[in-house]
Amino acid sequence: MTHATNAVGRYIRESVAWYGGLGLLTAQVVRNIALPPHYFALVAREIDIIGVRSTAVALTAALFTGMVLALQTAVNMARFGAENYVGPVVALSILRELGPVLTAILVGGKVASGITAELGSMKVTEQIDALRALGVNYVKRLIVPRLLAALLVFPLVTILADFVGLLGGMIVSVFDRDVDPYLYWNTIAYWVVIRDFLTGLLKSIVFGFLVTLIGCYNGLATEGGTEGLGRATTDTVVEVAMAVIISDFFLTKLLIILFW
Amino acid sequence: MAADTGRAVVDLRDVWKAFDDKPVLQGLSLTLEKGTTLAVMGGSGSGKTVLLRTIDGLIAPDDGEVWLLGTRIDGLREEQLLPVRRRAGYVFQGAALFDSLSVFENVAFPLREHTRLGEGEITDRVHRSLALVGLPDTDDLLPGALSGGMRKRVGIARTLIVEPEVVFFDEPTAGLDPTNSKLVAELINELKKGVCDTSIVVTHDLELADAVADRMAILYQGRFAEVGTPAEIHRSSNRIVRDFLAGELREG
Repeated sequence: MTHATNAVGRYIRESVAWYGGLGLLTAQVVRNIALPPHYFALVAREIDIIGVRSTAVALTAALFTGMVLALQTAVNMARFGAENYVGPVVALSILRELGPVLTAILVGGKVASGITAELGSMKVTEQIDALRALGVNYVKRLIVPRLLAALLVFPLVTILADFVGLLGGMIVSVFDRDVDPYLYWNTIAYWVVIRDFLTGLLKSIVFGFLVTLIGCYNGLATEGGTEGLGRATTDTVVEVAMAVIISDFFLTKLLIILFW
Repeated sequence: MAADTGRAVVDLRDVWKAFDDKPVLQGLSLTLEKGTTLAVMGGSGSGKTVLLRTIDGLIAPDDGEVWLLGTRIDGLREEQLLPVRRRAGYVFQGAALFDSLSVFENVAFPLREHTRLGEGEITDRVHRSLALVGLPDTDDLLPGALSGGMRKRVGIARTLIVEPEVVFFDEPTAGLDPTNSKLVAELINELKKGVCDTSIVVTHDLELADAVADRMAILYQGRFAEVGTPAEIHRSSNRIVRDFLAGELREG
């Protein structure tokens, strides 16, 4: 009984510490973002790393998601004679939900776990303390460039993923269901509005910030040598996926309230 | 930010620090005057590294005052600490070199961060600093390719390149063979004559302490059992000091 109570107590303590730590890191980032020096070169480097690391995997996932969506909607909407609406249904699902969410989970998992591994190994080898001891603002140098890069790269990759997803839907519609490609695009253009695309984009910015922040925080909080580093990296993958899925619900609700 | 120029280089007043209810520093006080090399000794787990980190503001004390170079640093935020830390040097036990940067870039790092020197001047100063620690012609090597002793000396070169007003050495001879240990001791003595005459050397290596220290302090159970000149320490009748010198001191 006491064992269970202790475990619950520890879990609660660790959770509070984790959320508190994320909040504190956010505050530090906000406080530091305007201070000199500005590491523009580092931001550019991070954009390159994040973009290159992640585009291929995000686009492959988007292509197949678009194709399977078209397959499913075509077969099932034919049951009630609504096969003409395959395009808009695929488009709405991808633009509003799956484009930003899948991109954030895949790119986020890859990018954030990489960040955790990099910062975590710097932490356990005292390289972060070395920066601090040399009078270098480590938040400014290590965290801010990654977050700024993420705020740019996540929406950009999401735009590409949106497009490739729609393309996947078209491929299946045209080759598997014999739909005229003009019909596919025309119904999309008729039913889908710019707001559908923009709310998805807004989500991807929030997700990008969130997953990168988690990756950075888990890296900085790494303790316990190589073993701790491995644990921190796997924790990041799970926490990124959970953070995206859970925040997506609340974000969607908020966006519907604000912009519907 | 309180400043007081009349103060000693390092001044600790009744400093307390605990980790998860485990007390490490327990009401410790310390004054380091300019021109002094202080060797802080104690068994492993006695809190030597915690003390050094507290002095440099890398960890915050739970209670007490920490003054570094005339500025009270306990309670300061990370950003506010940076200007003070820039004037102090810290040599890490494991050297803490940036492993993705070459030896040259490691040593040049503080200059690139904090100064607007031209490439020629940076190259000059890096080579001078590397020559000082006895490592010429190592520019392009990565830290992974260096031995422990070389790594430590690169760490020292990186610390010294900005000519700090005080240097903190964390176990500078730990894990080194006798030859390298002697080199490090000679290097610290060399500094006293030139670049930086004030330092704290945290160590369990009595030989090193005897070689470099003007003053010695024995850390035991979170505070100093005794502070004095090396001669005073060696003559001390304090049981803890005697046990430490005889290699029989146990923590806890």
